[in-house]
Amino acid sequence: MFVRINGAERAVPDGATVTEMLAALGVPARGVAVAIDGAVVARTDHDRTVVPDGADVEVLTAVQGG
Amino acid sequence: MDDPLVIGDRQYSSRLITGTGGASNLAVLERALKASGTELTTVSIRRVDTAGGTGVLEVLERLGIDPLPNTAGCRTAAEAVLTARMAREALGTSWVKLEVVADDRTLLPDPVELLDAAATLVDDGFTVLPYTNDDPVLALRLEELGCAAVMPLGSPIGTGLGIRNPHNIELIVARANVPVILDAGIGTASDAALAMELGCAAVLLATSVTRATDPEAMATAMRHAVLGGRLAHGAGRVPQRFWAQASSPPR
Repeated sequence: MFVRINGAERAVPDGATVTEMLAALGVPARGVAVAIDGAVVARTDHDRTVVPDGADVEVLTAVQGG
Repeated sequence: MDDPLVIGDRQYSSRLITGTGGASNLAVLERALKASGTELTTVSIRRVDTAGGTGVLEVLERLGIDPLPNTAGCRTAAEAVLTARMAREALGTSWVKLEVVADDRTLLPDPVELLDAAATLVDDGFTVLPYTNDDPVLALRLEELGCAAVMPLGSPIGTGLGIRNPHNIELIVARANVPVILDAGIGTASDAALAMELGCAAVLLATSVTRATDPEAMATAMRHAVLGGRLAHGAGRVPQRFWAQASSPPR
């Protein structure tokens, strides 16, 4: 299936959870936060939250700033 | 711990909070952070770069420094609240430096959006440290909402113009029951010392260190300036006089 991740269309395995999606993208699971269609997914829900087909996903992390 | 900085449920021995923004690379940043003696430092929340790592977090972990996520770049309360909630999941901290700015040229806080976001985040269990104008009324309103500290600017972010309205900072300090942290506008060590002499509990700075010609040396200078200013504040300075008063005996 295809989802938009940080504004770019990406293929991820059908029925992937947030954890599986991050692994497929090669993003470390530590230090990142995920929002699906504008709603924050709690870290404790990453393993059981399935990413819907066509979802708008934001994956954020800490960078230098402030 | 001697004379600790107490914010919410935490205590720090250092009264200098440094930001990570503006450093040319992580090695320079790490040396500067170490030299500053800071125990709390700001980070921003941005989209992951799948090519890069979470380098800045590794530096903070190595130095034992707590991350303080900010909401830099947010223009509305809704954006700031979402960013704070993302930061909480990413970093596992409910502390946030709340920034809601009005425009890119001044980067001045938008007081209406700031109060709105602060109220929502306090209700949501966050420890909120708001970046605010040097406005004694707004500072009091933020404290009444339940903010754990108030962080008035000395002058706009990144200007290095120092403290433009010292009397307002003193007014804020005089009425606050939470720590007042001078945030933004520090240019050099004397600005940081002045903030502490005015009674601020701590100083938050980034640009003045990270963009100095020698960030490590300036970080050291800031550490000493904050210590010196704090001691001077407690020591009871002499009154300023119009006419000279000899300090040597007459004969």
